Amino acid sequence: MMHSLNKHVRMLTAGAALSLILMAGAPAFAETPADTLVEGWAIDDIITMDPGEAFELSTAEVTANTYNYLVRLDLNDTSKVVGDLAESWTVSDDGLTYTFKLKPDLKFASGNPVTADDVAYSFERVVKLDKSPAFILTQFGLTGDNVTEKAKATDAGTFTFTVDKAYAPSFVLNCLTATVGAVVDKKLVLEHVAAVTPSDEYKYDNDFGNEWLKTGYAGSGAFKLREWRANEVVVMERNDNYYGEKAPLARVIYRHMKESSGQRLALEAGDIDVARNLEPGDFDAVSKNTDLATTNAPKGTVYYFSLNQKNANLAKPEVAEAFKYLVDYDAIGSTLIKGIGDIHQTFLPKGVLGELGENPYKLDVAKAKELLAKAGLADGFSVTMDVRNTQPITGVAESIQQTLAQANIKLEIIPGDGKQTLTKYRARTHDIYIGQWGQDYFDPNSNAETFTVNPDNSDEGKNKTLAWRNTWDVPKEWTEESKAALLEKDATKRAEMYKDLQKKVLEKSPFVIVFQQTEVAGYRGKVKGFKLGPSFDTNYVFTVSKD
Amino acid sequence: MNEIRQATSQSAPMTHRQWLMSDRPQSRLQARLGRAYMTWQRFSANRLAVAGLCIILLLILIAIFADVLAPHSPVIGNLGGARLLPPGSGGYLLGTDDQGRDILSRLLHGSRLTLLVIVLVAIIAAPIGLLVGAISGYAGGWVDAVLMRMTDIFLAFPKLVLALAFVAAMGPGIENAILAIAITSWPPYARIARAETLSVRNSDYIAAVRLMGASPFRIVLRHVMPMCVSSLIVRVTLDMAGIILTAAGLGFLGLGAQPPLPEWGAMIASGRRFILDQWWVATMPGIAILIVSLGFNLLGDGLRDALDPRESGQ
Amino acid sequence: MTIPETTQLAGRKRARANNWAKSVLRFLVIIITTYLGLLAVTFFIGRVIPIDPVLAVLGDRAPAHVVERTRELMGFNKPLYIQFFIYVRDALTGNFGTSVLTTNPVMTDIRRVFPATLELATFGTIIGSLFGVPLGVLAAVKRGSIADQIVRVVGLVGYSVPIFWLALLSLLLFYAKLRWVAYPGRIDIVYEYSFTPVTGLYLLDSFWQGQWDVFRDVFRHIILPAGLLGYFSLAYISRMTRSFMLNELGQEYIVAARAKGLSETRIIWGHALRNAAVPLVTVIALSYAGLLEGSVLAETVFAWPGLGLYITNSLQNADMNAVLGGTIVIGSVFIAINILSDLLYRTLDPRTRAR
Repeated sequence: MMHSLNKHVRMLTAGAALSLILMAGAPAFAETPADTLVEGWAIDDIITMDPGEAFELSTAEVTANTYNYLVRLDLNDTSKVVGDLAESWTVSDDGLTYTFKLKPDLKFASGNPVTADDVAYSFERVVKLDKSPAFILTQFGLTGDNVTEKAKATDAGTFTFTVDKAYAPSFVLNCLTATVGAVVDKKLVLEHVAAVTPSDEYKYDNDFGNEWLKTGYAGSGAFKLREWRANEVVVMERNDNYYGEKAPLARVIYRHMKESSGQRLALEAGDIDVARNLEPGDFDAVSKNTDLATTNAPKGTVYYFSLNQKNANLAKPEVAEAFKYLVDYDAIGSTLIKGIGDIHQTFLPKGVLGELGENPYKLDVAKAKELLAKAGLADGFSVTMDVRNTQPITGVAESIQQTLAQANIKLEIIPGDGKQTLTKYRARTHDIYIGQWGQDYFDPNSNAETFTVNPDNSDEGKNKTLAWRNTWDVPKEWTEESKAALLEKDATKRAEMYKDLQKKVLEKSPFVIVFQQTEVAGYRGKVKGFKLGPSFDTNYVFTVSKD
Repeated sequence: MNEIRQATSQSAPMTHRQWLMSDRPQSRLQARLGRAYMTWQRFSANRLAVAGLCIILLLILIAIFADVLAPHSPVIGNLGGARLLPPGSGGYLLGTDDQGRDILSRLLHGSRLTLLVIVLVAIIAAPIGLLVGAISGYAGGWVDAVLMRMTDIFLAFPKLVLALAFVAAMGPGIENAILAIAITSWPPYARIARAETLSVRNSDYIAAVRLMGASPFRIVLRHVMPMCVSSLIVRVTLDMAGIILTAAGLGFLGLGAQPPLPEWGAMIASGRRFILDQWWVATMPGIAILIVSLGFNLLGDGLRDALDPRESGQ
Repeated sequence: MTIPETTQLAGRKRARANNWAKSVLRFLVIIITTYLGLLAVTFFIGRVIPIDPVLAVLGDRAPAHVVERTRELMGFNKPLYIQFFIYVRDALTGNFGTSVLTTNPVMTDIRRVFPATLELATFGTIIGSLFGVPLGVLAAVKRGSIADQIVRVVGLVGYSVPIFWLALLSLLLFYAKLRWVAYPGRIDIVYEYSFTPVTGLYLLDSFWQGQWDVFRDVFRHIILPAGLLGYFSLAYISRMTRSFMLNELGQEYIVAARAKGLSETRIIWGHALRNAAVPLVTVIALSYAGLLEGSVLAETVFAWPGLGLYITNSLQNADMNAVLGGTIVIGSVFIAINILSDLLYRTLDPRTRAR
């Protein structure tokens, strides 16, 4: 019996080893189903799926594919818009009232008809909930008290929107293409509203379905949202009630994958159909693989670093200028961001009305030293930079660290998770911050405002633009010019004003803008019609099919 | 660097004066040295342990002479011209990383950080553990209960998560990583010190000291704590590999040393992105960690066997 | 029966009941204080962590007035001790609140992610014991031989290698180059919607339901991380087995057994290992607990949606509700395993029982 125990153990061990080899040994031929698109994508920024609350890039893409708006960006000419739910629209002569006629026979995914009443309710809940993206609508003078008057259904098929000033119509319409303008299914949402005790902060007795919509869905888009699990997966399914051409795919799955190399591996193995966060090396390898294809599109996101003017050294104008000469733009462009970004030194990204597209600065250590000497800092100084732990930001920061050292500036990198560095940045306790800025909506005002408007530079300032975050007292005239451009009806003149502003910021500002992001994707050869749009909320998957 | 020199000089006298170690010691010193020599003989009979010792000595030498040994700068690279070169090319023996820096030079300089971490953690954690354990064991009663409860709380926490949380709270950086590791590694030392204290607390000589009117404070400090030191040293040596691994783990998660410091764990983390095409970037620092912590484990193992023959089974 | 006798008996009974009550009380005090400590530490970390928790709720681009309002709604403008009081009260009633990150109640999340870690750690421990015990016995029996040295080095390497590094390299080899195992994660996305787990232990569920292709897929996902964790527990278990076995083999009863002429195999497996089994169970239990908490790094590399990954993610987002919930669960398991193995040891080992 004792003998058999020995044998038993031996057999168990051998059996275990054998089964390991048998089970694992067969090579894998993973294949995603023909009617399903699986994308590998870093979706850890998603915190809610409610279009009235969400303001994150990943959510924007999901919302764009699952909801409809009144108007959408025209992909052929991004300075124009086209109707989505709206068939046509008119602007009154005084420039204050916009009237939208809806397309006939529209239906939500739930089967409920889409009416002007739903549009009005969508506006109302955004304004009353007053979450992060609400300002895109409230900047037109909407408040909780007047929203039902200013955004209302005149009949089942007509919606009127009244703004407080005669803005450039392109500005108003561009703002309505933002995901906050998504139209929700009023009837469905009303079934899920939760009661709230009104308070000073929140005056309404219900949450307009916010809690439910965080993970729920009430739209009419080409796809319907089936599930979102934070840091794991987003699943969308075809909406057969969609008014336009039905999506060829039955299901689209976004699978959370953070690492570029992991995405590439999974793409090569066929575990996913599309890889969305490829870094230069992996992107290179994918584009050389004959089974795979790549695509790219410039995005409205610029990467920059900024100098907090609370720091006495950084507040000297010569120092700010010296920093602009202490970035090895060429080396960074040809290595760290090769394929995923282009050197870009002005605040309006390519593709936006009024883009300037001048890149005058080059690495010039001698010139920088001269400027530093003029500022009385010939021997350099020490300074910290808050850097989030993601590529390409870390790589670019390390490169800057090396070039700054050549001018005797000792840069200490403080790495942190995105939320950590942001917390410091927003509290204005950083020295230098490096990060990216994406447009809130597809209009030059979005970036112009954040880079050139700072009405109250005190710590209590309410308008927390990027200029405010860096304690930069923007010259009054610049702020005026930025505001005037908003009301300029002539698009050419408006563009000129933004160009002028960009030149000023390029020359004299604590912002060193380094490059503009190019979004890239690699995909399996059998995926057809996969395209990236000019913005994050125009990456449509409803035209994609598979062989 | 002071600590390092001390460490080397400590082991030196053991190798000399062999004939002195006879079976009838004339003085306390001779008895001590004799015991040390016996230990050393047992230790040196274990070839693996000696190999471990050699690794550690080599590490110390490398750390001292990193400036001389390193062919390139560990922090300034050639981004445009020498990025991600494979081992052996262009005078880069182990290749270059994504900032165009020489990996060999970074590894050599990184040995300093590794030593710094383990020495500081040992200096911080061991005395804390010793003090808590000795007081707890000697005082007994509610003091014991409270201190041991505290120890248990720290033990009940997942160690890495606790270190992670501390670093996240205090901000990333090599100093905070060291502090966090120290904070999480004292409880086992406290347990050991307490056990040792309990075994000597009621011994005759402590009673004698007490009768002579020594204060409890003095008893703990002068008579109890020294008794715990030797078992603690073995335990700390055995833990050093674990400390290196935890530090590397924090570095890997981006919470340890910050760039451009050539910390090995952080180097693995940054090489991770290139593992498919440029395997050497992540592999080399991993090998370095493996060798060094293996060295400490072999050394600690050998030390334990040599100091405590019971453990090795005979 | 005389009167004094009965009172004596009752007194003894009362004493025993008293003893029992005392140990239960002691037990309760230990648990309560440990938990309070856990709460205090997580609360402290959560408040000093330099991440604005409001940021996790709202994202970066929220306007100032929205941030202010949310801060008030979340109670962050109350005095610290009141916040702590609320925190403790909620936690004691089993309400760990809602995870900011996932918008689910923390307990719901944990119920979902814990089985993943449990499955991984269990499988790892099984592998570790299955290989570790025989190797340890072998090393002890052939003490000083090449085999002993090899087992020793294999074990020591397990103690010395950075798990994340080994994980990366093995992923490179077995997934990228050889294609033997599946992509990081628990299950292929293809099966995600055709397979409904019951217990959350996918291997068990798919086996039970007879879904062999799912079982195969799950196996191909778990084998690499579990194998790695198994290696680490093997290192520990083989080392301890060796030392226990050496201890037993030096005992007199072994000499007696040899003198009786019993076969060597019988002596080793039948007598020595059986006696060594008592402390060995404790060791395996401890290594199990160690794997449960130690899977943080492995889960990061293998994108294993378990508790370790959940805690790390939450920590980076200052989602302290989730961190607390996760830590309490791991802490509880750790305490439970410690107490259980202690009890087991006491009941199994005649020496401690006698004492």
